[in-house]
Amino acid sequence: MTAKIHIHDLSFTYPDGTQALRHINLDIQPQQLFVLFGPSRSGKSTLLRLLNRLSDLLPDTQRSGDILLDGADIFARSVNVFELRRRVSMVFAIPTPLPGSIYDNLVYGLRMAGIRDQATLDERAETSLRQAALWDEVKDRLQDSAFALSGGQKQRLCLARSLALRPEIILLDNPTSGLDPISTAQVEQSLYKLKQQYTIIMVPHSVQQAARVGDQVAFLLDGEVIEVGDQSRIFVNPQDQRTEDYVTGRFG
Amino acid sequence: MTTSKAENGRNLKEAIIEGLIWFSGISAILIIALIFIFLLKEGAPAFVNVPISSLLGRRWYPIEDLFGLLPLLIGSLLVTVGAVVIAVPLGLITAVYLGEFAPTWQRELLKPLIEVLAGIPSIVLGFLGWVVLAPLVQNMGASTGLTAFTGALILAYMSLPTIISITEDALYAVPNEYRDGALAIGATQWQTIWRVVLPAARSGIVIAVMLGIGRAIGETMAVMMVTGNAANIPSWRTGLFFQPVRTMTATIAAEMGEVAQGSVHYSVLFGIGIVLFLITFAINSLATRFVSGGDGRATRRRAQL
Repeated sequence: MTAKIHIHDLSFTYPDGTQALRHINLDIQPQQLFVLFGPSRSGKSTLLRLLNRLSDLLPDTQRSGDILLDGADIFARSVNVFELRRRVSMVFAIPTPLPGSIYDNLVYGLRMAGIRDQATLDERAETSLRQAALWDEVKDRLQDSAFALSGGQKQRLCLARSLALRPEIILLDNPTSGLDPISTAQVEQSLYKLKQQYTIIMVPHSVQQAARVGDQVAFLLDGEVIEVGDQSRIFVNPQDQRTEDYVTGRFG
Repeated sequence: MTTSKAENGRNLKEAIIEGLIWFSGISAILIIALIFIFLLKEGAPAFVNVPISSLLGRRWYPIEDLFGLLPLLIGSLLVTVGAVVIAVPLGLITAVYLGEFAPTWQRELLKPLIEVLAGIPSIVLGFLGWVVLAPLVQNMGASTGLTAFTGALILAYMSLPTIISITEDALYAVPNEYRDGALAIGATQWQTIWRVVLPAARSGIVIAVMLGIGRAIGETMAVMMVTGNAANIPSWRTGLFFQPVRTMTATIAAEMGEVAQGSVHYSVLFGIGIVLFLITFAINSLATRFVSGGDGRATRRRAQL
């Protein structure tokens, strides 16, 4: 199976001189959930933000190396970054419903992509809400403000908002950080179904979550990939001492 | 028992602090109420002694007991509306540039400079209007340079710093997560600003515009200098904005020194004050309703699914 995303020798430095990523090499396969885990400031979020080029927003950063999506360089001049972000969608740690109704939130991305057909918008809104396991809770109040939802519902709405764009890849930056255990379980449940259709890259809330949801996992430390492999192998039989120390809770 | 004594002292201190805070909070309301009562007391006779038909008349000529407020109302309206039409779009665009596009060094340089503009005494802007703007307006073809349009330009300039500065603050207060959230679903920077950042900052923007209007409607000196001070109703034919007008504020300032206290003229001037007060009050109430009605508007839209 060819890799959906191929990261080659990727390094990234912030304007203040912090080197967040050092020579990252990773292959991410389609239709699975790839977990990036490690202590804070290990570069996980930076890597996610590079994958859909949200990193462009910061001036004066330095990057070297390549990210290939289906074999094509995402940093190439010919790439339309807005189209890229519709293909590689992202959900953040803090649920970020946008001002407006639940329905508005779902179709924001579609409208901005120029889709005006009401039937298409309605259909995409419903499908994505069902995929994010939110449909039954909000179907009767789609015109209510998105801010009236609970934390868990907001996060699933953000997930649905991304799904409405029919992306190929979903980036999740600690999507359950603010959620209670029940909401967390609901989100994880949706992810389990979604990975059959999408490629999901996730920064988990905890090592336990990494072990629960990951197919392939990569352990990052100080901007370097220490170890990559199947979830079962990394957590049961880590090769690197640092990985073992981290997953057994000796630091982190 | 020893602790309870210390506790009593603490409770007393708490009570005093609470009382002081209560008093300073309530005093602002009290002062406004007192101002209004004072205005009513001095101005109410105008509405009793002068027939309403006279107050609604088209001529303001106090020597002949003609107290038509219409020319003054129209004067204030023209100058204020003109100023708002010029200042609001310009102010919002500047704020969006400063808040969303300008590199940090430009923002750090421009924002304090703009705030300094707010501190220029209005009389100085009056000079500027008199010496620079009035001749320009006359060259545009008006019969005189001292017109409603000149006043609107000066007022727009005066309210710009307020509008820019407060709007920029409102944009700054929009969490970056909103921008990320919009950009992450493929929005361009402009789409993000138009669909997400501006709506999110709406209440702050409304306040900025209202304060700007407040500055414009209440301004006296600069307007007095550049609007020509003729209490007549401009006609459509000769160009609504390009004739001399006189605002309500300028009328009060110009005539207050000459009237006998307690005379009809005196109470009519206070009556104008009441009208101004009510207009400002109405604008503020409208703004508050608009701000708090924010999310209600979205929810009232018809269900589409």
